[in-house]
Amino acid sequence: MLTPLTVTLAVAALLLAAWCGWAAYRDQPTKDWHFIGMAVVTLLALAQLVVGIVQTARGQTAADGSVVFFSYLVGVVACVPVVGLVSLTERTKWGSLTVVAGAVVLAVLQVRLYDIWGGGAGG
Amino acid sequence: MAEPTTPKTGPAPRRAGINTGPGKLLVTLYGIFTVGAASRSAVQLSTRFHEAPLAYILSAIAAVVYAFITLSLVRGGEGARKAALTCCALELFGVLAVGTWTLAEPSAFPDATVWSDYGMGYLFIPVALPLTGLWWLRARHD
Repeated sequence: MLTPLTVTLAVAALLLAAWCGWAAYRDQPTKDWHFIGMAVVTLLALAQLVVGIVQTARGQTAADGSVVFFSYLVGVVACVPVVGLVSLTERTKWGSLTVVAGAVVLAVLQVRLYDIWGGGAGG
Repeated sequence: MAEPTTPKTGPAPRRAGINTGPGKLLVTLYGIFTVGAASRSAVQLSTRFHEAPLAYILSAIAAVVYAFITLSLVRGGEGARKAALTCCALELFGVLAVGTWTLAEPSAFPDATVWSDYGMGYLFIPVALPLTGLWWLRARHD
């Protein structure tokens, strides 16, 4: 797995969480700029999925098995779009907080993904 | 439609609204845990059931409870609110019982469940969720 991408995605997700957390703190719903941020994070997640597919196609396999690995990758991709949609239906600070929750989950998933791919060994 | 207008009655009695505001966040969290617990137990039960049958069955039960609460929260209404309330209590009991059990008798659990050590592996969210759920559902009681 591409460690720089994993780290970038985790950091981007945490930044998104902080940003939407700030909006929630100021009692605001998610706005256009937040959705652009969510799009960026989602694109990074898609890139990670592609990298995962390419590396598996090249014969490398995740330490914990491909099924678990790809379940996590799909979860990572779905995470932010789902909470983004929820925040569209909840135009209050609670919608913003939902995005915070989704982004934090994505960051946690990155840590797990790293372990699943092979911990320190695979890199 | 020539339906007579009855301005005095106003809108239908306000629904308990357990799926808006904070409820929306709660639904999302329960949804995430449903997906997480369900897929986790699906993989574990289908690939290595014999390694830790007790842990995997408990994870599957957790997934069912999460799924039920998620659906109840999405549906809303008084019946769903009560059902969710019962399930949140059941969930809290499950977390506390399994958490204590894993600490008291670790040998029974070669692998972790979602509720092991009171959900420590999941940032204690498994114990925080039912408490939040119980609070929210009770607060929305008309």
